[in-house]
Amino acid sequence: MKKSVYFGLYLVVALLAVLPFVVPNSFYLDLVIRMAINAVIVLGLNLLIGFAGQISLGHAGFLGIGAYASAVLPTHFGWHPLLAMGAGAAATGILAALVARPIFKLKGHYLAMATLGLGIIINIALRNEAQWTGGPDGMPVPAMGLFGFELSSDKQWYWVVALLLSVSVWASLNLIDSPFGRALRALHGSEVASQVVGVDVVRYKVAIFVLSAVFASLMGSVTAHYVGFVSPNFADFFHSIELVTMVVIGGMASVYGSLVGAVLLTALPQALATFEGWETVVFGAILMGCMIFLPKGLVPTLAAKFGKGE
Amino acid sequence: MLAQFLQFLFSGITVGATYALAALGFTLIYNASNVINFAQGEFIMLGGMLAVYFTQAGLPLPVALMLAILIPAIVGVLVEKLAIEPVKGAETVTLIIITIGASLVIRGLIQVWLGKNTFSLAPFSGDEPIQILGATLLPQSLWVLGVTAVVVVALWYFFNRTLQGKAMLATSYNRLAAELVGINTSWVLFMSFAMSAALGALGGILVTPITLTSYDVGIMLGLKGFVAAVVGGLGNGLGAVLGGLLVGILEAMGAGYISSSYKDAIPFVLILFILFFMPRGLFGGKSTDRV
Repeated sequence: MKKSVYFGLYLVVALLAVLPFVVPNSFYLDLVIRMAINAVIVLGLNLLIGFAGQISLGHAGFLGIGAYASAVLPTHFGWHPLLAMGAGAAATGILAALVARPIFKLKGHYLAMATLGLGIIINIALRNEAQWTGGPDGMPVPAMGLFGFELSSDKQWYWVVALLLSVSVWASLNLIDSPFGRALRALHGSEVASQVVGVDVVRYKVAIFVLSAVFASLMGSVTAHYVGFVSPNFADFFHSIELVTMVVIGGMASVYGSLVGAVLLTALPQALATFEGWETVVFGAILMGCMIFLPKGLVPTLAAKFGKGE
Repeated sequence: MLAQFLQFLFSGITVGATYALAALGFTLIYNASNVINFAQGEFIMLGGMLAVYFTQAGLPLPVALMLAILIPAIVGVLVEKLAIEPVKGAETVTLIIITIGASLVIRGLIQVWLGKNTFSLAPFSGDEPIQILGATLLPQSLWVLGVTAVVVVALWYFFNRTLQGKAMLATSYNRLAAELVGINTSWVLFMSFAMSAALGALGGILVTPITLTSYDVGIMLGLKGFVAAVVGGLGNGLGAVLGGLLVGILEAMGAGYISSSYKDAIPFVLILFILFFMPRGLFGGKSTDRV
């Protein structure tokens, strides 16, 4: 069992090591980098949605906080990008914890409502505080530098992101098998039962929510530095939905499902560009089709079909 | 001073009535199936857009309005039959994504068919404003409020005085028990989607002469309807109506007295506060957990 779990990780690392040498041009390299960034975000979100069974419809808001911290603090206050990134993550963590404590005493749709509301408020604030954020037009983000060395080329970014992704996959696999992960899965199964065996349900839920929010904020910063530009669309409701969809289409509670979901949905808009004007319709139809025919997501469905548990 | 306050109040109640109708739609579907229908906003949009289309096509107003309610109702039923019923008992997230997929399809089709322009609809009975204590009230606002009031009373009668209505209520309390006493719960599901789509469409039609409409108005209207439903305590019909009015009034007051650029954030700030301090909404009952 242990062996087959890590087998997937080795495969991911091997694939990441080979990819930059086989992608045909910089367009595809850029696509691969964005897939990998999304994969890290989705891994964090899947811990919350898939393993702990909680819904966040406002995760793009947390991405937005990280991204804008990396844009605003260095630009207006001259902070070092790494410091700004940390500040964004800390702010996100505090905000998530403040919101989560009362909310996690509620269930199901109320949490969806609260996270949705939070995400929309963050987005509206980013749009309106134009003197800091550039308003609806967004703003440029200074380059990420460390010890006089500046991350600039796509190749350099690729290796950074590939490393982040490999570490995240490894960390997720371990987390799931840790006592913390087992507690999360228990409370997804039955909250009352896990309370009975001594799991502090609210504390665990808050912890995983804060963790996935901080994850999102950090990756928001990474994205902002990589792209070199942020706009409020990055933090809007639709982006939150896209992230949740990646989790669900790949497969809830599946580490490799997160990767598959992120890869597919990052590529989809490129593929849909040929439908001129019909993108929204086709995207919506694909979402519905996937959920109706594969309600458990791609990876778990296929794994069950071929008789291999993950 | 008073005039200004009244002015904000009038516009708040008018928009609030639309939110109330949308919130009733959320409530109906939630009670019948435990699904939060994120496509609810698109029915509001469909109502307004179709009303514009049919009146511009030269149909007499009553016929155009009937069609603009009937077609969204059919769309609602289609969504239920094709997308919700096949995945009965799926996880909440799965259902949420299905309804979001449905909303994208509806919005995308309208965008392809009618374009991205903003449309307006002529008010039903002139646009000569009525003066009340220095504030002005549009005749269309009276239409919005009057029709909403009639609908609320009719719904109350339906759920409390008719067998079909009681069957729907019974299903919302306990689906299994309802089935055991012979209630056709898949009919209940069917009716809930048809009714809530029709309610949304009606709200969209009524408010279009005041607020204009376009293919993408459904997103915010739908989300605010959801806020209104939660404010009132999800699943509570009267709560949904009061929640809608409250959200509308606070939004108008906030836009008027605090900041008009944060107008759209006000309902969401409100809902966060309510969830913190009154976790079951203003009018939601206590619930117990079944193990």
